[in-house]
Amino acid sequence: MTIVFEHRHAGHCESGTVSALLRHQGLDMSEPMVFGIGGGLFFLHLSIVKMGGIPLTSYRDAPRAIFKNIGRRLGVRWRTHRYRDPVAAMRALDEFLAQDRPVGLQTSVFWLPYFPPDMRFQFNGHNLVAYGKRDNAYLISDPVGEHPVTCPAEDLQRARFAKGPFAPRGLTYYPEYVPANPDLKRAARDAIRATAKRMTGLPLPFLGVRGIRRLAGKLERWPDTLGHDSARLWVGSVVRMQEEIGTGGAGFRFMYAAFLQEAGELLGSDVLRDSARELTAVGDRWREFAVLGAQLVKHRADDPDIYRRLAETLGECAEREEKIFTRLKGV
Amino acid sequence: MKADEVPQDDSVLGDHRRAVYATDARGRYVAVASRGWEVEKIVNAQANEEIRATVEAARLRVRAGRASALEYYMLRAQMTPGLLASYAGLASLRVRWHLRPAVFRRLPTALLRRYADALGIDVETLRVVPDRPEVHR
Repeated sequence: MTIVFEHRHAGHCESGTVSALLRHQGLDMSEPMVFGIGGGLFFLHLSIVKMGGIPLTSYRDAPRAIFKNIGRRLGVRWRTHRYRDPVAAMRALDEFLAQDRPVGLQTSVFWLPYFPPDMRFQFNGHNLVAYGKRDNAYLISDPVGEHPVTCPAEDLQRARFAKGPFAPRGLTYYPEYVPANPDLKRAARDAIRATAKRMTGLPLPFLGVRGIRRLAGKLERWPDTLGHDSARLWVGSVVRMQEEIGTGGAGFRFMYAAFLQEAGELLGSDVLRDSARELTAVGDRWREFAVLGAQLVKHRADDPDIYRRLAETLGECAEREEKIFTRLKGV
Repeated sequence: MKADEVPQDDSVLGDHRRAVYATDARGRYVAVASRGWEVEKIVNAQANEEIRATVEAARLRVRAGRASALEYYMLRAQMTPGLLASYAGLASLRVRWHLRPAVFRRLPTALLRRYADALGIDVETLRVVPDRPEVHR
């Protein structure tokens, strides 16, 4: 059984999977458009939630936020299934494929053999599309890959039943109803306002723009509070969250700028076009932050000055993002 | 970032490429396939070095009789006792108990099989640690 499925290379797994599934149902939207309407952009730095002893830093909203927001803002009706029994989950997957229905799956990259070995971390929030089966392997359109791949059934089963935080429990999803002509203008405007509010208006100090500032303040003191070895490790982790885990560059800032640009054309709005340009410039600053962080990691240049410069760059990103999103609240 | 400035460095991606968003000559955003970025390679290597060092330290402890092979394979799979417990369907405290070399040595094969399945390895592999450091996890 093979479904004709168009694979398109994406920057991020969730927006890539959602846009691929919608396109298959006739609603062709770019990945940035799905990411933006899905309200994907965010920032948080949580010192209390640690992964492997390192605080959680995220440049986006929680897993599945894009999926849910796309449903709500575009009127897409999703069907989702979770399973207790892995064998039943694989059987159900075969049945979907037999009905010519490609489905989204939540997996852990740790168990996916086609991933480069050094990128296989215990991370349960990876989305991909299964669109066929040949012999005992599944045909997979993994949006962050350049080409479709195959995955042995046994490995896919493991990946679908990984344990730990965000355990997928076999999560399988597909759009049951996709409107032919959703109101993209309204959806884009609503989404931008909501993201702008989340970035600038939340009352907690570790979320949005305030989270960036808080990270800047803490990071500058890391060599004193943690010692140099841990400080380097923590800086490295922030940079990884920004660049390594599939963000389209600069911690999703470039992808969101691409969305603002597209929305600017759609709505004929100069504010959006300007904001897209400005966010691109901020993205470039985030990339400089990453370069500086990597220098620290590579050369073990434990000069307090480098921490000061890292903090300064973050502070500037916070300042400029605050301006952008404050302006976008009124779109 | 401009499309022609998208880094095309050697990286952990091997022959894979990742999609990065950048602007073309007219300022329009496009998705560009990138072979990787030096910066990513450095921070990825740091994270993997950290894991490898932890795993290697465990291997030496096992060789010295101070830890069990179960601990080695658990750390190699980037797991904590709690995570291994949920994979194996056992209580976390029980897993901690089994991590002791003397206890591990006497575990029945059925329990070993359970751990081996949870870790995605053979029972025979689980009994011993390698003679030398492993290059890949």
